[in-house]
This record gives sequence, structure tokens and C-alpha cells, in this order.
Amino acid sequence: MNITEKILAKASGKNKVIAGDIVDANVDVIMVHDLTGPLAVEAFNRTGVSRVWDNKKIVIILDHQVPAESVKAAELHKMLRGFAKEQNIRLYDVGRGGICHQVMPEKGHVLPGTVIVGADSHTCTYGAFGAFATGIGSTEAAAVFATGKLWLKVPETVKIVVDGKFRKFTAPKDLILSIIGRVSADGATYKAVEFAGPAVRDMNVSGRMTLCNMSVEMGAKNGIVEPDQLTGKFLKGRTGKSYECFNSDVDAKYEKTLEFDVSSLEPSVACPSSVDNIKPASELSNILVDQAFIGSCTNGRIEDLRLAAEILKNRTVKEGVRALVIPASQEVYKQAVKEGLLEIFADAGAIVCGSACGPCLGGHIGLLAPGEICVSTSNRNFIGRMGSTQASVYLASPATVAASAITGHITDPNDLEA
Amino acid sequence: MKVSGSAIKLGSNIDTDVILPGKYLVLISPNDLAKHAMEGLDPSFAKKAAKGIVLVAGRNFGCGSSREQAPLALKYAGVKCIVAESFARIFFRNAINIGLPVIECRDISATVDSGDEVVIDFDSGEIQNKSSGKTISGVKLPSFIQEILADGGLIENLQRRLKKK
Repeated sequence: MNITEKILAKASGKNKVIAGDIVDANVDVIMVHDLTGPLAVEAFNRTGVSRVWDNKKIVIILDHQVPAESVKAAELHKMLRGFAKEQNIRLYDVGRGGICHQVMPEKGHVLPGTVIVGADSHTCTYGAFGAFATGIGSTEAAAVFATGKLWLKVPETVKIVVDGKFRKFTAPKDLILSIIGRVSADGATYKAVEFAGPAVRDMNVSGRMTLCNMSVEMGAKNGIVEPDQLTGKFLKGRTGKSYECFNSDVDAKYEKTLEFDVSSLEPSVACPSSVDNIKPASELSNILVDQAFIGSCTNGRIEDLRLAAEILKNRTVKEGVRALVIPASQEVYKQAVKEGLLEIFADAGAIVCGSACGPCLGGHIGLLAPGEICVSTSNRNFIGRMGSTQASVYLASPATVAASAITGHITDPNDLEA
Repeated sequence: MKVSGSAIKLGSNIDTDVILPGKYLVLISPNDLAKHAMEGLDPSFAKKAAKGIVLVAGRNFGCGSSREQAPLALKYAGVKCIVAESFARIFFRNAINIGLPVIECRDISATVDSGDEVVIDFDSGEIQNKSSGKTISGVKLPSFIQEILADGGLIENLQRRLKKK
């Protein structure tokens, strides 16, 4: 079996599962946030069950519309705080957490070998730690609150083997964009995507999270990386729980194996309005930008901010461009303060906002007017994603977004003048 | 279970941001959500769907976010059923869980045009275009999913199962 199959077999009490089996899996952890949690609570209240199955296995994180930008959002937050208190569920409030997919691993809720579901499509991020993690909807979250179980079809697995060494100013984001460009926006629908190979082994957990995070942008059920000593190093001090690390068998079955080499990878950009519409940054210098956004569950981690700061240091954001930097969590924020990164951003003329999803989903902070263009480190460039349906979003790495903020047009960071 | 209605046909990769833009996610009432259904693609969609329609789409319908508000908005706007060449997996589960019937059919875009009268038989998986007289086969849903739909959604299904115990 491969790692995904092993985790699902264990979670459903079976010795073996194969792709296509439908299993009733025991859920280890479930997460909901402020835009999916309220519907889940409403649905849970309709089940007739008075207490959740296990309050210690549920996590609520306020991250989308925070701090509350409207009375409606404030009401939703209040409702979730009430539910958390009543059921004695851990809730990460404004200023105590950050973006759910960053907070979950940071606070030790993500462990290798476990089944984690979340009412957010980017829940697949946690596969970076060797967990099976997938997104579900609010009603299904309510059913898990009540029963602790979820039916899952064991997916076929696509193995992606990555070789080579990243060149200067290319990053895991460029890799996942080029993978999606080849696989297409629905090329892995219902499937597991297992990232392997020397370049993934050399990659820190932050980069692995970027890969797994965007697996859903090719339709995948989950993205996953076998856990190793880097996983253990990250988890050290974050959890007191024991966990089981699974690896894929040598003779494990894959639907197909795709090979990539990052040695020849160029800074890449997903052009509007599909994540698989990939072009090299160097070919897009005619695209003038109004906004540059560095943040999100895809690229708001300390490694991402360091990369952006390296480029923005002693440089200035182009007049007429607004640059937004949003650290993914309070932990990332504090680390960025310690390292002097926030000062670099402020000196460059960028605004640093509190940890939240920000403009990524067009709900709050930094929305776009008709005709405007944003180059962003986030994960989706659908029509209307970041505000007006007449605005456009280009997705790129933190280095490319920082370089573009300086020049005012989409820029390969290697083309910046010293 | 059979569902019938006049078709509205869309293309491929219709994502949840055009089905229900992010700025409306603070709305809770399904009827409020319904007013904005498919607003990112066609602001007059809710009006067109109000009489009760069958939505026909290409590949990867509902890709993107896990927002259940997307199928909720469609259901309450008047979408009685969605037939697509393929669905994004979270949308597919969400639709079933809120009691909105969905079925996959690879040949649907080539067989049905906007305005055609369509009948979907969920027991057999057959889709009949009454306007053209053609009948094609979709992917029949497993019986436990058909039960969820027959109950009206996952919560109703769960209530029934919990009572049995």
C-alpha cells in the first residue's frame, strides 16, 4: 500500500484497502473556521445530538473575516465563541492564532498518520506532515461533530517525483504551479497526490505545505509527503502525543508517476482566470500591477517572508502600487518582528496587516476595483476571487510578487537590477 | 427518484467563486444566498432559475473552495438537479449533503442544450432529453448516497439512522 492507503486502512480498522474501496474512517481531528463553522453549528443543532462526539478533537479558528469587518461577521464570530464555550472546544480567536492551515500544525493539531478533515478546501495542506487531510463541507463537518466518522472513497494515487536543486529565486510555489500547469485544474480530481523525490526530501516543511496546499487546485482529494526527520524536527515541542509515521511500500500501486526537475524551473505565474494557465514570469513584463499581495495559507510563512524581504530590502515599492504583507500566523508575525522583516517591508512602503486570510478570497482587506490587477502569492485566480469580477489575479511566488511590487509590472526576480 | 426540468447549460471549470462570490459568505439564510447564485458569471441567473431548472455543465463543476453556500445558493435559487461531465469532489459531496441531486454524465454537454426538457432517473442513472428524444447514461450513484438524497440531505439521513439505533 502507499501512505494514503495505509492511513485510511488504519483509520477504518482494516488490514488492507485498495483504491475504490469506500471506508468509514474514524476522524482524528476536525477543523472549521468562521465562514464554514456557523453553517456546521446550525446543521449540528438539527441532528438532535446534544454533545459533540469528542470536544478534544475539534478545533475552531477565526481567520477569514478577522478582525470582524462587518456586524454580520461579528455575529458569526460570536456564535462560534458561544458554541465553543458550550461544548468546551478549543477556539483560536483574533490575535491568538492566524490562518487555520498555519495554526493547525503550529499548535500541534496535525500529526503524521492521522486523518484530519476540515471545512476548508485547503485542509489538504496538512499532508505535508504525512497525515491524510482533506476538505469537507459544513454539513459533513456537523455529521463528524456528532459521530466522529466520515465515509471516504480510497483514492487512486498520482506520484510526483521531483529531482534537482532549486535555482536562485525559484521556490516550491514555482514548482507546484508548473505541476498544475502540466496536470491541469482537474487532472487529479478525486485522487491522492504523493510528492516524493530528492527535491521534496531537501525541502523544508514550509515548502512541502505549499505543495500540498495547492493539490486541491488540480482537483486532488489530498496531497501527501512521507514524514521524515524534518517533520519530526518541526513537531518537536509542539505536541506531547505519540504518532505513527507511515511510508509507501516499495511495491505500492500508483495510477501514474510524473517526473519533474526543479533545476530548470523558472519563476512561474498562473494567469487569469485559471490556476493551470501557467507562463514564465519573464514573458509577462507587459502586465502592469495595481496590488502585490504576499501572504495566505499558501505563502505566508516565515520562509516566504524572508524571501520577499531579501528582495525588498533597501528597495521601494513602485509609486502607484500597493503592497500588502500578511504573516500567516501570530507565530510567523512575531518571528518576522524578531528578524527585522516587518521593518524592511514598512521601509519599502508595504503595509503589514494582522494574520488572516486577507484579500485571498475577496472577503476582507485589499479588494480590487474593476480593471485592477493583483499579483499574489495566494492560490486562486478565479473571476471575482479578490473583489470585482472585472479585476484580474496573477499567482506567483513571494520572490516574483516582491520583484513585481518594485518594478510595477510582473517581473522575474532574477531580472531585477542590483 | 426522478427529477425533470428545463436545462440551463454552462461550460467547464465553473468554480465556487463565480457560483457564490466570497463577499456573500457572511450570509446565513439560504434565500439570501440564492439571490447571488452564479452572480460571478451571470447576475440574472437567479431570475432565470426561479421556475425550477436542471443545470447542465462541462468538466470540473464546482471546483475551488469548500463553501457549502455554493450548492445552497443554487438549490434555493431553483436548481433542481445538476448534471455535469464531472464534478469537483467537495462540491459533489456538499450538494448531496444538502439534498441537491447531482449526477455525472460524460456525454451531457453534447446531448443537451439550454432550454431542452430533461428527465433524470436516479434509480437507473439514465438521462432523457425529451426535446431531442435522446437518452444517455450517467454514473449511477451508490445506494447509500441515493438514500441520503431520498432523505433530503445528510442531517435528515443521520437523524433517521440515529433513531434506528
